[in-house]
Amino acid sequence: MKTYTNPVYPYARPPELDAPGGRRPVVVVGAGPVGLAAAIDLGQRGIPVVVLDEDDTVSVGSRAICYAKRALEILDRLGCGQRVVDKGIGWNVGKVFFRDELVYRFDLLPEPGHGRPAFVNLQQYWFEQYLVERAQEHDEVELRWKNKVVGVAPRADGVDVRVATPDGEYALASDWLIVCDGSKSPVRRMLGLETEGQVFRDRFLIADIHMTSDFPTERWFWFDPPFHPNQSALLHRQADDVWRIDFQLGWDADPEEERKPERILPRLRAMLGDKADFEIEWASVYTFQCRRMQRFRHGRVVFAGDAAHVVSPFGARGANSGIQDTDNLVWKLELVMGGRAPDRLLDSYDAERTRAADENILNSTRSTDFITPKSSMSGTFRDAVLSLAKNYAFARRLVNSGRLSVPAILADSPLNTPDRDPDFARGPGAMIPGAPAADAPVAGPRGDWLLSYVGGGFTLLGFDAPVGPFGVASLARDRIPCRVVQVGGRPTAGATLLEDMQGLAVQRYDAWPGTVYLLRPDQHVCARWREFDLSCVRAAIVRATCND
Amino acid sequence: MATLKTEPNIPAPDDFYERLIATHHGLSDRESALVNAKLVLLLANHIGDPGVLAQALSAAREGVGSAPQGEGR
Repeated sequence: MKTYTNPVYPYARPPELDAPGGRRPVVVVGAGPVGLAAAIDLGQRGIPVVVLDEDDTVSVGSRAICYAKRALEILDRLGCGQRVVDKGIGWNVGKVFFRDELVYRFDLLPEPGHGRPAFVNLQQYWFEQYLVERAQEHDEVELRWKNKVVGVAPRADGVDVRVATPDGEYALASDWLIVCDGSKSPVRRMLGLETEGQVFRDRFLIADIHMTSDFPTERWFWFDPPFHPNQSALLHRQADDVWRIDFQLGWDADPEEERKPERILPRLRAMLGDKADFEIEWASVYTFQCRRMQRFRHGRVVFAGDAAHVVSPFGARGANSGIQDTDNLVWKLELVMGGRAPDRLLDSYDAERTRAADENILNSTRSTDFITPKSSMSGTFRDAVLSLAKNYAFARRLVNSGRLSVPAILADSPLNTPDRDPDFARGPGAMIPGAPAADAPVAGPRGDWLLSYVGGGFTLLGFDAPVGPFGVASLARDRIPCRVVQVGGRPTAGATLLEDMQGLAVQRYDAWPGTVYLLRPDQHVCARWREFDLSCVRAAIVRATCND
Repeated sequence: MATLKTEPNIPAPDDFYERLIATHHGLSDRESALVNAKLVLLLANHIGDPGVLAQALSAAREGVGSAPQGEGR
């Protein structure tokens, strides 16, 4: 590849090869985006973690390229969002073409006043490299390259793994095992656990090309374009003038043949024209599935990311949902490991994230039904929608070239405290219990965005000084502490004071003077009230940690 | 919940039927299928009510082939 050289991370002979080692609190299998996010989150919380990866580099080829706003917000909390955003290509607009006409245009982030764009496109290798470098900054995180898990033995109070290295095999005992080893998950197979769902009968060619071009930074999707009749195609920009191109090939295509440059080049020439100057960086042919494990938690073994659930790439719901998995998991694991919450708090990881996976699978399956119609009538309806879309607004809503990743709203989570005050907004985008906290521009002691002040631990977000110094101090001293962030009003001792510069925080949180929101460590709302009451807040934290 | 109207509601049924058939005049089966699909979508949007649409879909399917598989959502 011209634009990227895969780093080679040094293998180090693990000490367990020479003498039995101590038991580890957490072992993570897989140093992909999800495993690394888990490891950084654990490291930030001061929990020692060993990450085992069978390889010694990052992703070969660009693979997952679209990182959604929510994933970027999580990365901000993990201290590596800015690098991804700086290197990546931000975009909000998508266009859909039918044959040679533009039929539909969407803007994923129509309103200003958010710290992060709807999406940033970045090759997975860059993304992983930044996460590796962030992980290396934590003494608690030990990355072990060329360490391949070859055996797993779950016990009631831990997990024993066998690991193969270039110098031989060793045993590693751990309290918890987080499995992030991808869609083919060897660990899942070793444990004899299945995934259930659908495989789709279609093949796609995916290619990265290096090209200087004045195509706009937008997601362009074609149905039945003149350059690739009867199939779909996608063009999307990545960093360093690398472009992602995706061609639907149909089920009968020969994957080996289609991977060859002499087959790819004419397709690219037809799409980009004779004058385009480009070079192929990477290409692959893939099929896809929409499946998940029945349960993501099996005692002390917890699955996250593609190992637990897979979807089609249309909608960017793979890596983005995997990062939300670890965001959901790690704070719970910390509380359980520290004896501050019962084991069943981890069952809520399973409940919340299997539901999120179902939502992703539903959306992804519907997109594939549109992109890959399974009957001739399904194809006819698809063409009917596309031909109506140019002139009729209603039909544009039916065009489905991928419903792009949005954060899971954990509306029916048992960790939520249902609204007591009936006058809170409940419509789309409202900060109902379960919703991820909305961002807003603020002025405060560190940074200009609301989300940088919440999360990590529990946060009480109050509007106009609802919590007095006694309340602030009491919550800070609790066994599961909660810090207070105050939007507007007179300063309160111990609370962080933010100014709502554009009034957007008040608007987005449907806030009155006195309104308080309780946010979980993963920035999801879990309770809200029109006035502060210390015992109500404590009861909601008890509920959100299964301490009831 | 609104109910699918199945009592006569078209003022001049023969006029409508003639127009429906004429709409397909000179088209291949494939083209006709596309016209029908567009018509279904236009009318479905006009109706809008999900309950009425669900009743119409199941009434249309009744007695044709075997029962549709799953996904009654």
